[in-house]
Parts: sequence; structure tokens; C-alpha cells
Amino acid sequence: MKEKKVNSACETCPEYSANGLKKLGVNIENTDYVVALAGNPNTGKSTVFNALTGLRQHTGNWPGKTVIRAEGAFEYNSKKFKLVDLPGTYSLLSTSQDEEIARNFILFGKPDVTVIVVDASRLDRNLNLVLQILEITDKAVLCLNLMDEAERNNIEIDERTLARDLGIPVVPTSARFNKGIPELIRTVNEVAHGIIFCDPHRIKNVPDNINKAVKKLSAELKKQFPGIPNSRWIAFRLLEGDKRIIEALESGELV
Amino acid sequence: MAKKPIKNIIKLSNDLRWQIGDDFHDNLAEGIYADAAELVSNSVQTDSGKKRFRLDSKIDKIITSKTWGFPLMFLILGVVLWLTIIGANYPSGMLAQLLLDTIHPLLKSGASSIGMPWWLDGFLIDGVYLAVAWVIAVMLPPMAIFFPLFTLLEDFGYLPRVAFNLDALFKKAGAHGKQALTMSMGFGCNAAGVVATRIIDSPRERLIAIITNNFSLCNGRWPTQILIATIFIGAVVPSSVSGLASVGAVIGIAILGMVFMFFSSWALSKTVLKGEVSTFNLELPPYRPPRFWKTLYTSLIDRTLIVLWRAIVFAAPAGAVIWLISNIMIGDHSIAYWMINGLDGFGWLLGLNGVILVAYIVAIPANEIVIPTILMLTVLVTGIAGGEGAGVMFELDSVTATGDILRAGGWTLLTAVNLMLFSLLHNPCSTTIYTIYKETKSAKWTTLASIAPVIMGFVVTFLVAQIWRLFG
Repeated sequence: MKEKKVNSACETCPEYSANGLKKLGVNIENTDYVVALAGNPNTGKSTVFNALTGLRQHTGNWPGKTVIRAEGAFEYNSKKFKLVDLPGTYSLLSTSQDEEIARNFILFGKPDVTVIVVDASRLDRNLNLVLQILEITDKAVLCLNLMDEAERNNIEIDERTLARDLGIPVVPTSARFNKGIPELIRTVNEVAHGIIFCDPHRIKNVPDNINKAVKKLSAELKKQFPGIPNSRWIAFRLLEGDKRIIEALESGELV
Repeated sequence: MAKKPIKNIIKLSNDLRWQIGDDFHDNLAEGIYADAAELVSNSVQTDSGKKRFRLDSKIDKIITSKTWGFPLMFLILGVVLWLTIIGANYPSGMLAQLLLDTIHPLLKSGASSIGMPWWLDGFLIDGVYLAVAWVIAVMLPPMAIFFPLFTLLEDFGYLPRVAFNLDALFKKAGAHGKQALTMSMGFGCNAAGVVATRIIDSPRERLIAIITNNFSLCNGRWPTQILIATIFIGAVVPSSVSGLASVGAVIGIAILGMVFMFFSSWALSKTVLKGEVSTFNLELPPYRPPRFWKTLYTSLIDRTLIVLWRAIVFAAPAGAVIWLISNIMIGDHSIAYWMINGLDGFGWLLGLNGVILVAYIVAIPANEIVIPTILMLTVLVTGIAGGEGAGVMFELDSVTATGDILRAGGWTLLTAVNLMLFSLLHNPCSTTIYTIYKETKSAKWTTLASIAPVIMGFVVTFLVAQIWRLFG
């Protein structure tokens, strides 16, 4: 991997954007932050991963291509970020192995930032997963990828409204053409450092009886596990009877 | 770690589950969709629903149609193979000239000028170097053409359409429709195909996909098929159509592999792996114009060179083994001679010969070196002029020369057909076997996946040989 020498003070400045980036490839030791890449299948997660790490994780235009967790790293403003490319999933509510890999990493791996890559031209379908991830984690960035395709299909997205509604930063990109990647890195960096504060959307349209049950259960969880970050989502899972979550509560993995 | 007392939480959640009723999952899912719809209506504007994806759905209508889906699929596969076969000829010849005609004699004379003992010179240069050089000359050009073409199709978005076309067939076989995707990956490399089965949720259907992935002709076997088809199948028809006939034969073998995949999936799902077929949604992604040069570059660097490197790593020790078994004598003859003689009878029954069986034993680590091994051993036992002596894998820069040697070794059209069949139906390579074990964590299924194809290969070649001889 090519490493650039620092020639001037400019290169240490955050505004130096893309060039403040050092692609570290598979060198994932001693990283300061862990960043997860999640999203629906075939939205370009691996392409974003490659653009950030300089690796050449195999990409292809079909859903389900990434089945194992790929890891790589990059350095930005002398902080090292480990990047984990998760298998693409439509949801986190079922039990296939790829969904569990993704779910478990976001839940137990406790990434510092989760970048949710979505297909801008199919936002409606992609939001299902986004909303589920936002129940689990607070620190997230929405990467509105495939903007070129959305534009070609005359789809306009008001990013600011979307960011306000979701309560997380939204960055439009076309990772295949390296567009928006510097902005994405900057945003990830700011979320990791707490410069940007996320106040994520929580699912609202839940029937009353479920809402009551969840509130009760989540209050009990909070009492027993003070400081648990995603009690509401865990309550959802417990109501579903998710054995892995019960196990994790018993072993103390979650707190 | 100490277990936390969470009995009360479990009890509470059980009680609450009773209160909220069965449709909790659906209600929650509906709630999420309602939220998503609100968010979208606030921030997304589409110009008009009509224009979206019009071209995409037009293309889809044709390539996933009942009438055109399959013919187009075979046509595309045919064109890819034809380009590979025709295109690989010239660079293969050039590489053979360089590595085998030029560098090999140089190395030999260099070794004799520094007084290297004959056995070391033979072991290193005639054994290891020639095996490696052969693999490069034979494998690099077809892979360098096949992989980029395949990757371009993949980037374009064709693979999910193949899955869509094959879905009904897989369902009939009691298997998961996504197996079509893992099967396609298997056409590149079976080990990769086995790992890709992780996209299949149901353990039962995933096992079926793992066990039957070996019936996808992998890139280690494409060159064998292509070479044998060119020499024998191409030779029995007028030369003007020999290219087409060879391509047809290779496609035939690939399709036969798919037939075996469906058949054994069906057999498994009716016997040891009984169960319901699960339904799933397959999203047909939009077509994306591939980024041509980038795809070309990455498929050359990542796929071609990695596979080539793997072949070289296995070919080098195999070359050494070949040289050793043909130079170490037991009594009057070499080990190779005894092995070939011992297996000749069994080989004859299968319409093959001892040479081919020995070559497959030597080449268990890597299917790629079967053909060079067969050639070298054929020369050894027939003692015809052409080779350079015991254990030397020699160059065959023209396909005719290869054909001459094989015919001198007693090969017929039957041998060729059965070799193609056996190359399709035999145990997976050692990497794939190891991968199957890692994915299934079961010695039982790994053994079944490894042994069953060989048995099928024996049965099929045996039957073909008997019928052929009966009518031939």
C-alpha cells in the first residue's frame, strides 16, 4: 500500500479531506475505532469498503455476494479505523446465518460507528433495515449510495429532511465512481469523535398493546441492567423469544 | 462467566407474549414499514412512476421469459466458452514456446555447465519447473479470458436472472432456489461456491447445496474439458465446424453436470435430507453497466492470478512426485509403470485406462495438472518418441501433437468421452473437501460429498463403456 509522506501542514488538517486518508488494507492492528458497514444486499457495501480500505474485496451485481465478514482499515487524521463489511440483509428479525452475523456484530461487537449503506433509488425498501439498526445502535451514518442511479431514474431525495427525520447524518455517494467518499469519511470521523451527536429515530407505528408490553419489559431490563443501551430492541427480541438474546443476557455479553 | 439471574425477565416476557398474541411479529413488521413509508413520503420525490426501470423490465421480460430464458442462457454460456477456446490458442502457444522451448533448454544447459548431478537436475528442472511451466502455459490464457467475461456478466446483473430462471427446477428437486447462485459461483471455483451457500437459511437446503456443488464444472476442470473436446470431438467432425463441435461438447458436459446436480439434490431431499422447500424473495437488481477496465483489471489480478498461484503451488510438488514415481525403480520397472499396470484392468472396465487413473491419484490436490500428467505418463508407458524421457513433462504447443501422442497411447473417442465424464464426476479437490468440512463441521457429510461423485463417475463411465462396446 502506498503511503504518502507529509509534505505540509495542510495534510494534517481535517479539511484536507480525501488526502488525509491513508488506506491501510488488511493492516487492522491497534485501531482506535471500529466501523461497521451494514445494509441491504446489493447496495454497494463492498464497493464502499474497497474505496475506504484500498482492498479489492470481490464485488458483483447480485444480492448475497458477501457472506463472511471482511475486515480492513484506514487512517484518517492520524486515527486508525477498523472497517468491517457485514453480509447484506433485508432485516435483522430472522435467523439465517448471514443475518445473524450482521446482527451479532452490531449488537455484541459494539462498533463505534455503523455506516448503513442504502440504495438511493430504492429507499423505501431499504429503510426497513435502517430502522431496525437504529433501534440497536445510536451512532450511525446513512450512506445514500448509488446516487447516480437515483438521478438517472429521476428520483430526488431531500437529504436534510431525511437526516432530520432519521436523527443521523446522511451522506450521498456514488461509491463506484468514488463520489462522496471524502464526505463519508469526514462524517464517520465526526460521529466517532462525538462531534456529531445522533438522536436516532425509533419505530413509532407500533400497536398500543405491543408498546405497553415493550415499555414494561424494557423498564424491567433497565432496572436489572443499568446502562443497557438498547433495552427497547432487546425487549422486542425477548417478546419474539430469541434464544440467542436470552443467552447473551445471562452471560452478561450485552452490558 | 457467572450467569445473571434473569428468570424474572424471562417470566415477564413470557407473560407479556401471551397478552400481545400471535401476530406480534407481523404487527411489528407492519409498524416498521409504516414508519418507512412516512419517512419516504417526507423526503423522496419521484418524477413519475412510469418511467422508472422501463428498460430494465424490458430486458428482464426477455431473458427471464419461459421461451427465451433457457436458450439465451445457453447462448451466453456458449459465446463465453467459444471466445475462451478460440482466444486462448495463440497466447498458449506463445507461452509454451517461451517457457518450454526457450527457457527449459537454457536451464538444462545451465545446470549441466555447473555440474549438477542428473537426479537433482531431473527432479528440479524436469519435474518441478516443467510442471509449473505447463500449468502456466495451459491455464493462464483461458482463465485470463474466461474470468473477466464471467465477471462482466456478474457486474451487469445477469446471475440473479439465472437464479430466477432455474428457481422452478430447484424447487422441483426439493432444493432452495438460491442454490442457482451458489451453483454459478461453483462454475468459478467449488470452494467459493460452498462458502457462498451461507446465503441459504435452511440447514437442510444448505447441506444439499454444499454436497452437490461439485457438479458445477470448476475452472480447474474447464481447461481439461476444453482440451479433450478440441482434440477428439473436434477431430471427428469436418474442420470447418470443429470449433463449434468442441464448444458444444463442453457445454453438453456442463449441462450434464447440472442434470446431475438436480438429480442428486432431488435424491437427497427424498431420502436423507427430507423436508419442506422454503420460500424466499429474490430481488432482481437493476442492470448496471459494468466498469469495463476496472472489472478487467480486478478480475485479472484477483481471480486469475490467485487461481493460477494456487495451481502452481500444487503443481510444483506434483511435478516432483511424477518425476520420482517414474524414476524410482522397483525390479525392472518404475513405480509409475507398476501403478499403471495395476490399474489398467479397472481402467479398461470404465472405458478409461491406468494412466488416467494414476493421473487422478497424483492430481487430487489440483485438478489443473491432470492433462499434463496424463501426457507424460502416456509417453512413459508407450515409449513413443516425442517426450524427453522418464518423468519429463514435455511441451505440446500444438493440439495435433497432443492428439498424436494420445492416439499412440491407445486412446479412442470412448476414452475421450469418458475422460470428460470422469473429469465432471469425481471427488472435489482437496481445498473444496476442506472447505466442506469447515462449513458443515461434519465428517459424515464431508465424506458423502467426497465419495458420492466418484462412485457416480465409476457407474456412469462403466455404463457408457459397456454400451459403447456393445454397439460400437
